[in-house]
Amino acid sequence: MAPVGPRSGDAIFANVERVNAELFTLTYGATVRQLLTDLEEVEEVNKQLDQMGYNIGIRLIDEFLAKSNVTRCVDFRETAEVIAKVGFKMFLGVTATVSNWDADGTCCSIILEDNPLVDFVELPDTCQGLYYCNILSGVIRGALEMVSMKTEVTWIRDVLRGDDAYELQVKLLKQVPEEYPYKDDE
Amino acid sequence: MQFFGGSEISPSPPVPTASGNNAHMMYVFNRNGVCLLYREWNRLLHTLNAQQDHKLMFGLLFSLKSLTAKMDPTNAEKGNLGVPQLSGQGCSFHSFRTNTYKLSFMESPSGIKIILVTHPRTGDLRESLKYIYNLYVEYVVKNPLYAPGTPIRSELFNTSLDQYVRTIA
Repeated sequence: MAPVGPRSGDAIFANVERVNAELFTLTYGATVRQLLTDLEEVEEVNKQLDQMGYNIGIRLIDEFLAKSNVTRCVDFRETAEVIAKVGFKMFLGVTATVSNWDADGTCCSIILEDNPLVDFVELPDTCQGLYYCNILSGVIRGALEMVSMKTEVTWIRDVLRGDDAYELQVKLLKQVPEEYPYKDDE
Repeated sequence: MQFFGGSEISPSPPVPTASGNNAHMMYVFNRNGVCLLYREWNRLLHTLNAQQDHKLMFGLLFSLKSLTAKMDPTNAEKGNLGVPQLSGQGCSFHSFRTNTYKLSFMESPSGIKIILVTHPRTGDLRESLKYIYNLYVEYVVKNPLYAPGTPIRSELFNTSLDQYVRTIA
């Protein structure tokens, strides 16, 4: 039997370097605030946060794989579980639940009860279109892309907009096979 | 009495007496076949230019992986030889050994491939490769000035690699 990766991120979370949660929350808040000032349009800020998340995700995946000892997931269901149980715990210190699977197992929701990014945050009227945590969707998209999965990640529910939880919909678009990268005549 | 010369048909190089001289060279490739890093400690023969050498090594690994997956007797689902696989799909090999060297190989699900060529008597290096992967994360991935997918130029990473590789037995 192949060794099975961890089913929870507690042990890893205990071993990784951590930063003060308030410092982290406030730093993220300051970043969003600065983006709002610089870009002026809420839509642009959403895009920028997503792009920043993506750039984080394509690096973060290697740290995740190196430290978690997770082996390859057999299917997308397992991938989603690993993100929710191990990934979120390892990097944010919270766990999420996975639900709302569609019939083919290619689309699901990751639900966060507790979200350390949003402590102290209230959306003012001028920022109603803002997805404050849009960086998270970018991170997931970027990280999955590096393990050959093209995904689309969208926010379904957001406490800052009056919902009762944070819900991210992760939709698997396609899996990219590994191909020989050189041409024969090169 | 010996009639046929030495008992060993294919002589191996002598076992190094002092430790710290076991590793010959190392490659790191990313998922696109870009050689991110090449380190050389103890390599006497160079027959190809660096670029061809890297390409040959990547091609070897790619084909060998495809072959090992094809030969897998435990798995019913396998495509034809050479059909593209999902990165990390199927089985893979950890190392192979010739009479003169041993090549150890690790691939992360994200497609980072680490190859270490050492003396043939070295033991199982899977943990060492994992450790090197961790070094890569700490010194390369976390470096904000490093652009993903480009060759690694990090003195710090090289130094810590050199140091670590010397401890490999």
